[in-house]
Amino acid sequence: MNRIARALLGRLAGMLLVLAIVATVVFVIVRVTPGDPAAVMLGSDATPQDIADLRSRIGLDAPLIVQYGQFMLGLLRGDLGQSIFLGQSVGEALLARAEPTFFLTLFSILIACAIALPVGVFSAVRRGTLFDQVVVTLTMIASSVPSFWLGLILIQVFAVGLGLLPASGYGGPESGFLERIQHLVLPAIALGVVNSALITRFTRAAMLDVLGDDYVRTARAKGATETRVVLKHALRNALVPIITVIGLSVAMLVAGAVVTETVFGLPGVGNLVVSAVLRRDYPVIQGTLLVVAAIYVLINFITDMLYILVDPRVRL
Amino acid sequence: MSDPVLSVQNLTTAFRSREGWREVIRGINFEVKAGETVAIVGESGSGKSVTALSAMRLLPRDKTRSTGRILLEGRDLLTLPEAEMRKVRGGRIGMIFQEPMTSLNPVLTIGNQLAEALVLHRDMSWREAEAEALTLMERVRIPSAKSRLHEYPHKFSGGMRQRVMIAMALACRPRLLIADEPTTALDVTIQAEILSLISELQRESEMGVLFITHDMGVVAEVADRTVVMFRGDMVETGETSRLFAAPGQPYTRALLASIPRLGTMNGAAGPRRFPQVDPRTGTASEGREMPLPPAGTAPVVSVSNLSIRFDLPQGRVHAVEDVSFDLHPGETLALVGESGCGKSTTGRAIMRLTTPSAGEIRIDGRDIARARSSELRTMRRSAQMIFQDPFASLNPRISVGDAILEPILTHGLLPKAAARLRVAELLDQVGLSPEMAGRYPHEFSGGQRQRVSIARAMALEPKFIVADEAVSALDVSVKAQVSNLLMDLQASRGLAFLFISHDMSVVERISHRVAVMHFGEIVEIGPRAAIFGNAQHPYTRRLIAAVPVPDPALRGTRSAAPPQEPRSPLRPLDYVAPKRLYREVAPGHFVMAETSA
Repeated sequence: MNRIARALLGRLAGMLLVLAIVATVVFVIVRVTPGDPAAVMLGSDATPQDIADLRSRIGLDAPLIVQYGQFMLGLLRGDLGQSIFLGQSVGEALLARAEPTFFLTLFSILIACAIALPVGVFSAVRRGTLFDQVVVTLTMIASSVPSFWLGLILIQVFAVGLGLLPASGYGGPESGFLERIQHLVLPAIALGVVNSALITRFTRAAMLDVLGDDYVRTARAKGATETRVVLKHALRNALVPIITVIGLSVAMLVAGAVVTETVFGLPGVGNLVVSAVLRRDYPVIQGTLLVVAAIYVLINFITDMLYILVDPRVRL
Repeated sequence: MSDPVLSVQNLTTAFRSREGWREVIRGINFEVKAGETVAIVGESGSGKSVTALSAMRLLPRDKTRSTGRILLEGRDLLTLPEAEMRKVRGGRIGMIFQEPMTSLNPVLTIGNQLAEALVLHRDMSWREAEAEALTLMERVRIPSAKSRLHEYPHKFSGGMRQRVMIAMALACRPRLLIADEPTTALDVTIQAEILSLISELQRESEMGVLFITHDMGVVAEVADRTVVMFRGDMVETGETSRLFAAPGQPYTRALLASIPRLGTMNGAAGPRRFPQVDPRTGTASEGREMPLPPAGTAPVVSVSNLSIRFDLPQGRVHAVEDVSFDLHPGETLALVGESGCGKSTTGRAIMRLTTPSAGEIRIDGRDIARARSSELRTMRRSAQMIFQDPFASLNPRISVGDAILEPILTHGLLPKAAARLRVAELLDQVGLSPEMAGRYPHEFSGGQRQRVSIARAMALEPKFIVADEAVSALDVSVKAQVSNLLMDLQASRGLAFLFISHDMSVVERISHRVAVMHFGEIVEIGPRAAIFGNAQHPYTRRLIAAVPVPDPALRGTRSAAPPQEPRSPLRPLDYVAPKRLYREVAPGHFVMAETSA
């Protein structure tokens, strides 16, 4: 138990180190990109004196090392800083935008897995059949389709053409939860289908690998039914690469929210980043990127823990 | 006599290939009676496993076609519906396989895998089945079975896993046990344990056993009757004792003649080539004796006080502990012992593929244990290695000619054109045609690939070669040929070999001196004749005694030791290995003095 606790603490320390490095890199990148929040805020009519005044008011005239120190100290207190434009803290801004991003990621990955796992497994079991060949071809096509293009097609058919679902946006401020969620259906399908292609291919390959293993033959020699052989003996052994690719897909969905939310007009975290970058809202850019990085690291950690759960040979 | 449990009649199995259906076994006929053991013996590709898998109907259904009849207790398995066949598998026929390391599901507990067979066939609940699984584990004598029920396969040694496989196969008291090379991957002492366990369980339950093997020693040990197969055909069948005493067919004679046997050296001082067998007549001419290494030379390799330890979270593995020996030009020193004894690690350390923790390794007088990479490069010209698995040790995308060419060019020995001629010469030396240089490894058989590996090792004209189980994976006839090749190369070029092997009968033929390793230490070292004729250490004696004797008349004269989980060389971090003393029994023959511990 002691060893496990120590290993976990080691992992945690490693994750914090990664985040500290990310925070530093983000801080530097934001400041070396040209542009000035004060100039953006005051518009093109502002005099250099106005800009200098505003810079000193929001603390941008302090030496970089001081700004960096304040940023890192704030992080230690759990404070991501104050947005320059939004009149709220970065933490509040993120929370307010988290809902669509969270549910879109969740639904997309659920849809992707719901398609990929059964299709991948069945395709491997029926290797070389017409079904398998169709799956191989379709997944190849689907993984080369950009999700926003598929999204636009879906909007064209289901929103514009049939009028079944909203085309974009996230409802008004007074709309209920279910109404808001409705807006996520089309984007979630678009992302889910595109992501399912990669997961299907990995599932199929992992299953093909495992189905040739000796213990699968042992299970058959025991008289197990084919369903049991596939689901109990083979699939569990194939899970490690499948979990890996699902974890990567989730991480990519979070990181890709920037594009998706712009295309579907969703007021999520990705949207927040885009507007913050356009306005040089340094604290928001820093805070959001850091949170996205933290989620990325966390997903990797969860993936590693799942390995241990699935495969008794993997140790911490 | 009772009706046969299994009766195979005119069985022919074909595989579908691009060119159409290809018959891999043809017209196989044999019977297995209750309580009887029938062995199917043959070399790789002879169709012995296909025969067994056809009976279980475990071959891929869309790519295979079996005709004839396979009667199990009178019912034809080939016409049985799949659902009925599932009841036969694991219920009426139990099967165990060659690879205990990979035949158990790594993500399920031993208890769960054992219980599954009971749940499937004996209508038990999982709870009842787990209780019964415990009884089964005790029946195959797995120590502290109760605490191990919930462990996963990777915590079990190869021998223990094979016991689990046997328990699983016998869970539902089948009428027939099919054992497909069940001991091939195991050490000889473990093999002896498993063989006696199978025959003991067979006596208890009166089941028939179909035993598939390539090892004539094992056949002599276990089989009442034997079926000899060759390239898909049944060559000969009969009582095992009759078959060994008076083989009717040339192929059977050839097979018997090419078996390496212990105790055939008849006082020869040097190594002796394996008999050359004429496959058409099956007659063998005794191999000629090879020369002794020249006396009074300086050792080409000199290992002193070599220790190799690995630190793990659980402690420290003393893989090699205080090992010393010399290897002289023109000499073969065999390093023998069971898996995990440190013999391969020692070989790898001499090549500096592993860095020693302590001790010296002198090659031509220069210590390479701590040499830098530039010095190692020079060293690697005089030292080469051949590995066990000829399938895995050649890059499948590089033609064999280029594989042999590469070391010559890397070391800048010859310009490219001259190097190509040298490759042709090397191929010729190892008994392959120079025209084969352009072919890729998959076009070669196992024996041919091992010849390619030897040619590659010879390319740099090394002074010595570490041969790590170089002939262990080969069929008997090929094993003899490749061993002969090694002996010829030694005689013509004065090569020294460190011959790492677990195969005592080959070691007896090929080596001048033998070092026996046990848990990282050399327990006995000396001239070959002294080790085999006058073994002093109890472990050496146990190792020699466990080798199956290919003579049915001697069956049952050996007693099996009780099973033991191999002691582990894993020690606490502060463990200090005791200083061992060696006693010189005869000139050059040293035995580790027995300690009280």
